[in-house]
Amino acid sequence: MDQGILNLETLWFVLIAVLWIGFFFLEGFDFGVGILLPVIGKDDTDRRVMINTIGPTWDGNEVWLLTAGGAMFAAFPEWYATMFSGFYLALFLVLIALIVRGVAFEYRSKHPTSEWRTMWDGAIFFGSAVPALLFGVAFGNLVRGLEIDAAGEYVGGFWALLNPYSLLMGVTSLVLFTLHGALFLSMKAEGDVRDRASAATKPLSIAATGVMAVAMIWSYLQAESGVIPGLLPIAAVALLGIVIWLVRSKMVGWAFVATGLTIVTVVAAIFIGMYPNVMTSTIDPAYSLTVFNASSTTMTLRIMTVVALIFVPIVLGYQTWSYWVFRKRVGREDVPASTH
Amino acid sequence: MEDLALLLARWQFGITTVYHWLFVPITLGITWMVAIMETSWVRTKDPVYLRMAKFWGKLMLINFAIGVVTGIVQEFQFGMNWSTYSRFVGDIFGAPLAIEALLAFFIESTFLGLWIFGWKKLSPKVHVFTIWMVAFGTLASSFWILVAGSWMQYPIGYVLNPVTGRAEMTNFLEIITSKVLWAHFPHTIFVGFATAGALILGVSAWHLMRQQHMEIMRKSAAFASVALLVGSLGVALTGHWMGQVMVEVQPMKMAAAEALWDDEQPASFSLFAVGDKENSRNAINVAIPRGLSLLACNNLDCEVKGINTLQAEMVEKHGPGDYIPNLFVTYWGFRIMVGAGSLLILLGAIGVWFHSRGRLGEHWWFLKLALWVGVAAAFIGNATGWIFTEMGRQPWVVYEVLLTEGSNSPTVPAGWVWISLVGYSVLYGLLAIPAVYLFVKFAKAGPGEENDNEDVAASMVY
Repeated sequence: MDQGILNLETLWFVLIAVLWIGFFFLEGFDFGVGILLPVIGKDDTDRRVMINTIGPTWDGNEVWLLTAGGAMFAAFPEWYATMFSGFYLALFLVLIALIVRGVAFEYRSKHPTSEWRTMWDGAIFFGSAVPALLFGVAFGNLVRGLEIDAAGEYVGGFWALLNPYSLLMGVTSLVLFTLHGALFLSMKAEGDVRDRASAATKPLSIAATGVMAVAMIWSYLQAESGVIPGLLPIAAVALLGIVIWLVRSKMVGWAFVATGLTIVTVVAAIFIGMYPNVMTSTIDPAYSLTVFNASSTTMTLRIMTVVALIFVPIVLGYQTWSYWVFRKRVGREDVPASTH
Repeated sequence: MEDLALLLARWQFGITTVYHWLFVPITLGITWMVAIMETSWVRTKDPVYLRMAKFWGKLMLINFAIGVVTGIVQEFQFGMNWSTYSRFVGDIFGAPLAIEALLAFFIESTFLGLWIFGWKKLSPKVHVFTIWMVAFGTLASSFWILVAGSWMQYPIGYVLNPVTGRAEMTNFLEIITSKVLWAHFPHTIFVGFATAGALILGVSAWHLMRQQHMEIMRKSAAFASVALLVGSLGVALTGHWMGQVMVEVQPMKMAAAEALWDDEQPASFSLFAVGDKENSRNAINVAIPRGLSLLACNNLDCEVKGINTLQAEMVEKHGPGDYIPNLFVTYWGFRIMVGAGSLLILLGAIGVWFHSRGRLGEHWWFLKLALWVGVAAAFIGNATGWIFTEMGRQPWVVYEVLLTEGSNSPTVPAGWVWISLVGYSVLYGLLAIPAVYLFVKFAKAGPGEENDNEDVAASMVY
């Protein structure tokens, strides 16, 4: 059944891919900063510097996830329903992580004792590392295909999601986001935090390239039914190779752009590879959810398209403005010596 | 086992929603009030208003954090726990949720970040603009989520597709102009003002009793009294309006709220009843003659249908089944909500009256009442109101279209729901500790001595 690609279903598939890309690009470095918090933040002031580099913008970055979730619900209810119920326990862990992380940012520095701050620092680390890992596992499973039955339900249970390939994809996203965060800190922080973050980018870029290379080779090997997304995975590995070189040449800004492009490339490869499926069935290809059999009606898609065309540019406008307002590096002098 | 999974999923939805709804009404009201305070500072340059904006703003942030993170669970658990429901309604229900994220969540999160961190980086005029945007974002957020929620109460603008078995949107305009929505939406906004008013009045009262920060606390208490009076009067008026719409579109909920078993003309308003479900009647009932007729249709004579009639009508329409919501919860939920609301009207009126005579800080009994009863009444009213409107819709998840039973996720076993139900409950319970601790700590500490935005900037960063 060839419906071409010039239709609303495909447009919304692309828009949802864009939302996930935006989420991973932006929240990716937030996660990285959180993961690096115990490593790079040697004292309380360091850790406050780190948190304040993402302070004004992390919440806006997280809304990309909420919008991606909402858009999946609106445009592809069957996809939303099957994926969110199928990945139940994994998503539960992600939500717990995001809850404690969000509260931790706001509450951490509002009380001076070290026990209090250590507790919330732990929450920030846990709340950043767990989603950074689990989103990779989730997308690994989407690439690999899932036990979707004739009713369009995922029936494989929880443990089947923790297969070696998907876990490798999880490790890949974890390392990639950590690198992305280290580069962000090199750009946004001053002093020791900046130096330590820069030092960390060297081993991280090598590790990210290595694990990405293995993950992408594995992807090619297991791709059976012609879902090899062309050269994009190779491009992702090549981009990370360039990051190694940029980091050594101290071109931090470009290195950050290149890890960002790596994220864009990998997520794009996953979505292009899946299309027109949104969840591929390993039981019977005919059971797969596709952009056509999982979608809402044309009327809903049309309304959503109008809303998106008007408001996405506005959102991008004020989010960009917010990054512009907070473009300055954050240093120890920006953190009040002793408040509250 | 499937029934247990359903039961647990319902408990989880109830617990997470009511908890979320403890924090959200504060946000809905307090963002506007902080915006007004900061605007007063920008206009008059009087540092008192800056100190007010910063003091209440900090309490706003402590509350905001929990409201935001518990909201994520709300958006995801439709798909996680209610996949059958999500498939069925996605075409209609998903759209306002996505629009809420795009129109409201981005605004709230981005502009709140600008507000917290922008004191030194933005000019005062631009800075005050950011908090107005946050306030507007909370308004937009409540509108779009109520578009979705009101459709569950009063499904319109759709057809059932017999092939897919899903509800499909036919008229978006009809959905966003629904009369249920336009009663629920102002009701919710007024609830926000009343709640934030009660909270600010309570905290101000604590300081006034200790004779400290008198100028700021008197101003805050006066402002809060007005918000409380306007808010709670608005809640009552829109609530009355909701009741009249309810008689029309969900007569069963109204009958259940009144424990009205048989049709009455004129119908009386029950004050105290003990139900006897076995025999479909009340064992005890103390009632005001003609009261319900007045509430339901603004006259003293109209007929209001009773539970027995409505149950029979539903059976005829939808087949055999029990279509009566939990009467204990609806009857008492409704009464506690109305009682709490009435108390808040009274409190707001007394506050405004004392303020008009310049004696707001002088009556200790009033200050004590505001602190210990007013704040509690607001939270109790909010929780019972929410429980009433959702439980009153049962056994339907989409009124008269889809039953709650069977709309949970078929692939999510009870064991998984146990894990998440216990997990969320424990985590939410634990998070209440630092939230309340910080709120009380900052509330007691009182406003600082900031004279300009640079002072504020230093104390707001993470």
